[in-house]
Amino acid sequence: MKRMAVVLSAAIFSFAMIAAMLELPTPVVNLSDVVAAQMAASGVHHPVTAVLLNFRGYDTLLEIAVLLLALFGVLAVAISGTKETVAAPSPADAVVQTLARIAAPLMVLAAVYLLWIGAHRAGGAFQAGAVLAAGAVLLHLAGLLPGWGPPGIRLRVGLVGGFLVFLAVAGAMLAQGALLQYPPWQAGYLILLIEACLGMSLGLILAGLFLFLS
Amino acid sequence: MTTGLAIDLLLAASLLWSAWRALATPDILRAVIFFIVFGLLLTLAWARLSAPDIALAEAAIGAGLTGAFLLDAIGILRGGRKP
Repeated sequence: MKRMAVVLSAAIFSFAMIAAMLELPTPVVNLSDVVAAQMAASGVHHPVTAVLLNFRGYDTLLEIAVLLLALFGVLAVAISGTKETVAAPSPADAVVQTLARIAAPLMVLAAVYLLWIGAHRAGGAFQAGAVLAAGAVLLHLAGLLPGWGPPGIRLRVGLVGGFLVFLAVAGAMLAQGALLQYPPWQAGYLILLIEACLGMSLGLILAGLFLFLS
Repeated sequence: MTTGLAIDLLLAASLLWSAWRALATPDILRAVIFFIVFGLLLTLAWARLSAPDIALAEAAIGAGLTGAFLLDAIGILRGGRKP
């Protein structure tokens, strides 16, 4: 009886949501037309990358800051919890280890490809970072990469580097006019620079969420 | 057109089914595996909606990383391995 009531109310809620979605008024400004009109000035050829890193770059800047804050939270828990030595990697199956050894370089290659292709089609820093982090997690689960202890100076630079470079570019643009308003002739290079640093930092941050805790 | 519609309906049905199984299965390991299956099906759904960017992010973060986190959490919960 109780279960029936739950299922029934969930179904009613779903149908109400679908009805609300179908009732949505058409937006006054057609954003995809606006983006398409400004694509030439964005420095890249893929509309999603143009929106993420040029037209709405501020959102992406705050996104990486939020991820970094999440990692600081993890670090506060993980490092105060484990004062002793870093846990040795748990032994894994030989087949798993061999597969991980084969897969890891391919994943790095895929990450770099995703980063580069982001200027032209689907891809970009976030996907590249996630693939890098997944490679690190795979190596850790296969027992090839030990968990991370308190980060040293190089790891710290890697973790915050993407955010700092993004912030520095934003600051430099602010000196010239508006925050994150790239001059069109430099936009492509600046976006590539930001994406490369973001991809590396995101890979380390996402991997750190896993490896600092293990 | 009809083939596309059939694939979409099949995809929607399997999404609902895997979501329900992930929530209703008593075995926690099975639930996590159904969650990963759900993430992969959702990737296909995003690809069908011609949003490859979101599909990539869903595959890498939603299914891959979150699945690994959850599996690791099960490992810590079950075996005496300290976090």
